[in-house]
Amino acid sequence: MDDRRPDDAELAARLALDLDAHFERLVLSHQDRLYTIALRTSGDRRDAEELVQDTFVRAYRALAGWPAARIREVRLRGWLTTILLNAGRNRARVHRVPTTELAFDPGAEPATDPVARRDERETWARLLAGLSSAQRTAVVLRHVDGMSYAEIAEAVGRPEGTVKAHVHRGLAALRAALLAAEAPPEGLRAEEIPA
Amino acid sequence: MNVITDPIGPDAGPETALAGLREPAPPGLAHATLVAVGLADDYAIVDSPLGPLRVVWNGRGVAEVSGEPDDAAFEARFFARTGRRARRRDALPADLARRIERRLGGDRQVRIDLDLRGTTEFERAVWMKALEIPRGQVRPYGWIAAEIGRPRAVRAVGTALGHNPVPLIVPCHRVVRSDGMIGQYSLGGPANKRTILTAEGADPDELEALARAGVRYFGSDTTRIFCMPTCSDARRVTERHLRHFPSARAAAAAGYRPCKHCRPLGAAVA
Repeated sequence: MDDRRPDDAELAARLALDLDAHFERLVLSHQDRLYTIALRTSGDRRDAEELVQDTFVRAYRALAGWPAARIREVRLRGWLTTILLNAGRNRARVHRVPTTELAFDPGAEPATDPVARRDERETWARLLAGLSSAQRTAVVLRHVDGMSYAEIAEAVGRPEGTVKAHVHRGLAALRAALLAAEAPPEGLRAEEIPA
Repeated sequence: MNVITDPIGPDAGPETALAGLREPAPPGLAHATLVAVGLADDYAIVDSPLGPLRVVWNGRGVAEVSGEPDDAAFEARFFARTGRRARRRDALPADLARRIERRLGGDRQVRIDLDLRGTTEFERAVWMKALEIPRGQVRPYGWIAAEIGRPRAVRAVGTALGHNPVPLIVPCHRVVRSDGMIGQYSLGGPANKRTILTAEGADPDELEALARAGVRYFGSDTTRIFCMPTCSDARRVTERHLRHFPSARAAAAAGYRPCKHCRPLGAAVA
């Protein structure tokens, strides 16, 4: 049974017919979600951009070496996500980028950062960054990108139950971090709120 | 995917807030990705003895060197030839710029990847052979034909050189007519061919004067070796010991053997 999204199944069929003619469509239809995943798991725009490009280059080279029948069957959404996550791990190893595994500490947040005050999305992004790598990845794939648990399990190579646990614990940690801040997520401290 | 811009207040649950964290990819990302895999191209203007040229590259290598005078005309013609979009950039990548500069300066060892998709094996054989001609020297079409094992394909060699997508990097300007005249040039015509040959240290007027006088080969009566007139070995022969030959047969009849560097026999077949 084909449980792929219809547009992905159709795109895979096109890629199997003529990779070069349809690769641009693959890029255009997946670049936003891959960029979002890269940005929300790595935290750096420059890194995220390079990571997404690297992902597509790896995907192109793989597809170029596959027989048409294999390309037709590929589950693009999960497969591209796997490439992105693996490339990101390799990159972190090579460049020795310190991964954010620190416990969320509201006191250490730069509450005076004017950008953070203005942008609630930025606050949520920083909350996310406080999660463990496994939880953050699971939460981003499930709730930012909207993948199903089955898709995530396949993409990260872990059992579905483990993925669910990561998502639930990640969400719980985010809620706890919000409560711990005892302030609106803009990062305002109680004493700074005008009376 | 659109960025969700609804206000995310403190009361929203993490699920709603997280869905708002989607972010569109930066505008140049798709093009840069297609360039990296060779499905689109970038180009920049490079100065040369022939004036500004457009050098086109992608992740597979240099795809074209064009003398088109403006961006729009160039982009349209490039698209018609390759089916790919080319986007103007401020400059070549630094490493590629250095390599091209060294190659144009006469360094044949420097590696420049070329993207020659859509060309024939015969064309590529002709172009790779032209790469072997040193700066400041020329060879006739017949020499290329003989060297690639297709001695009768002289006309096809001329056609292939005319289709060279990367002139200057592949020095098709160093290939001249079999009668010794300088001949046509794809990058802006015969005058440009003379300009670039002169810039490289060859003397087109002298070469054509020799050709008109019926001289095809130089020999040295001390080494008893004969050469193409621009061969660096021939250039070392002093006036007193220099012999002129109208054909390889005449040189052989006089007891001269062909030079191992410029291999003049190839030209003799034509």
